[in-house]
Amino acid sequence: MNSFQGSSGYIASESLTEIVNIAIELEKPLVIRGEPGTGKTLLARSISESLGLPLHAWHVKSTSKASEGLYTYDALQRLNDSRFGDKDVSQIGHYIKLGPLGQAFSKDERSIVLIDEIDKADMEFPNDLLHELDAMSFYIPETSETITAKKRPIVIITSNAEKELPDAFLRRCIFHYISFPNKEEMRAILDVHFPDLAEKLVEMALEKFYWLRSIDDLRKRPSTSELLDWVQALHRGQFPVERLKKELPFLGVLLKKEIDLERMS
Amino acid sequence: MFLDFFFLMREKGLRITVHEWETLLQALDRGLDRQSLLNFYFLCRAICVKSESEYDLYDRCFAYFFRDIKPVAKVHDELLEWLKNNKEADFKELMKRQLKTLSREELIKEFEKRLKEQKERHDGGQYWIGTGGSSPFGHGGYHPGGIRVGGGGMMGTASQIASARQFSDLRRDRILDTRSIGMALKKLRVLGRNQAHLELDVDQSIKKTVASGGEIDIVLRHERRNTIKLLLLLDVGGSMTPYTHLCETLFTAVHQSNHFKSFRHFYYHNCPYDYLYESMFENKYIKTKDLLKDVDESWTLLMVSDAAMHPYELTQQGGAIDFFFQNDLCGLDWLKKISKRLPKSAWLNPRPEQHWGIASTQLIRSVFTHMFPLTLKGVEDAISHLNLLNQKAL
Repeated sequence: MNSFQGSSGYIASESLTEIVNIAIELEKPLVIRGEPGTGKTLLARSISESLGLPLHAWHVKSTSKASEGLYTYDALQRLNDSRFGDKDVSQIGHYIKLGPLGQAFSKDERSIVLIDEIDKADMEFPNDLLHELDAMSFYIPETSETITAKKRPIVIITSNAEKELPDAFLRRCIFHYISFPNKEEMRAILDVHFPDLAEKLVEMALEKFYWLRSIDDLRKRPSTSELLDWVQALHRGQFPVERLKKELPFLGVLLKKEIDLERMS
Repeated sequence: MFLDFFFLMREKGLRITVHEWETLLQALDRGLDRQSLLNFYFLCRAICVKSESEYDLYDRCFAYFFRDIKPVAKVHDELLEWLKNNKEADFKELMKRQLKTLSREELIKEFEKRLKEQKERHDGGQYWIGTGGSSPFGHGGYHPGGIRVGGGGMMGTASQIASARQFSDLRRDRILDTRSIGMALKKLRVLGRNQAHLELDVDQSIKKTVASGGEIDIVLRHERRNTIKLLLLLDVGGSMTPYTHLCETLFTAVHQSNHFKSFRHFYYHNCPYDYLYESMFENKYIKTKDLLKDVDESWTLLMVSDAAMHPYELTQQGGAIDFFFQNDLCGLDWLKKISKRLPKSAWLNPRPEQHWGIASTQLIRSVFTHMFPLTLKGVEDAISHLNLLNQKAL
């Protein structure tokens, strides 16, 4: 098995790649936490690219149920079909749709499952997945079938810390917190997105950006995506670099809260 | 010696269990540390530490154990630096020896023994806040349950110790276990069971209909919904500042609990008088009189305050701390009014119980007899008290 090294469009720190590989080796789900804009969701895609494995993404919503990740049974469709008689309804299996986890389990090759923003769902949601993630198998009563993973998938779980995850769940996972990129890392990220920016502009923008982030009582600190937008705005608007020293143009791109904007202007 | 690291981490308040330790041993067995202490540092952290707010604590344990340095500022940077320069550290050998000497049974035995000791020592104290905030074992800088470390003037020692570390400021963002309070609040319920009122159970109806091959089968059920109406009055006066975080936690948890029939909340300074604030930031307020007209005894009241003020704020006319709201009725009478209108009530006090002897708290307890500490256990106790009152009322 190859190990994860990061991919061309994604800058992964040394500690992150290390931990991803540990999780892969130990076959444990990896819980990733971090501020918005630290690339939590992109990580799964990057692993999939780097290792050449298919990705099954499950974007969790507040109404998501744990069972949906495994399978859903569309009984209503089956009933409907039976009334018009143009389809074979004797096979219940035709009306069972596997969810992202279910699909990954039934694949012959190893795959990657992304459970994105798990903390959005109900508090019991992670606990409902405990067994399935542990044993990597589940039972479908409608067809009396047990689906067991042929190859244990690599499970990446992201969380925004909106709600805390239950201890029993965390105990079975590997945990990593992606800290906010420092100046050097951010420069590399900018470089990936805008390879031909003037160095001076990058330098100045970074300086201003980190200065803004260091202000303690901002309601919402700007994150990576805001910086990328801002740099693009500066670039497109052909804003002279010299003036950047004293001014903060397009501030609305960086700060999204009215209170913060008022405070800075 | 290596097992001691496990116990050191537990003792300092990291919630690590045998389960995780076994995973770590398994990982070491497979050589995932690649014989480098730096890799071991990340490996152990990824497996054993499950919250970024505990990274700092882990750093200090690690530094203390593997290097015998005193906790100083910038442990993380210094530690990493040291680790990088010690790639050849012979800890692998050291651990191998340790692995051999202790079997799993022995490990568990030792674990249980220590666990017992810990219980005897720490039972009954501010257990939950301790673990929630950080170490429950008396680490001066971290203990006082979720108080913003580094903020405010209260915890001088805490900010001194914790201000310079890389991960220490993450503690501030930490939602101090909203989850556990949320779980506790879920128990606050009275299921109204209106026999006369039946409602259509859509999901079950579809299921039944499908199961009987399309023969429409309507399922009705008794209306069952939580009939709790909750009124939350929060003190945001000066002496409450150190508890801001704790109160925010409680508030977030209550807010996320969407199972109440109605939920209203207001703020006041030290003691409720003629007016209650609707928002902490704006000067929007309502008359307490009007609120008391709006609600009736079917409401459940949760007061959150440290009940610490000068007694005259309770006993004197015009004792209100807000200059602009001079009161004709003294604070204690207002409290009596509120308590009379809303007999199903509990008081949550963020101050540790041993400080409840002061005059103002005693006065308040003569009106609100059921005061509970604002800890997980306190919230649970308060809720079972309220549930009992609710059952009696039914």
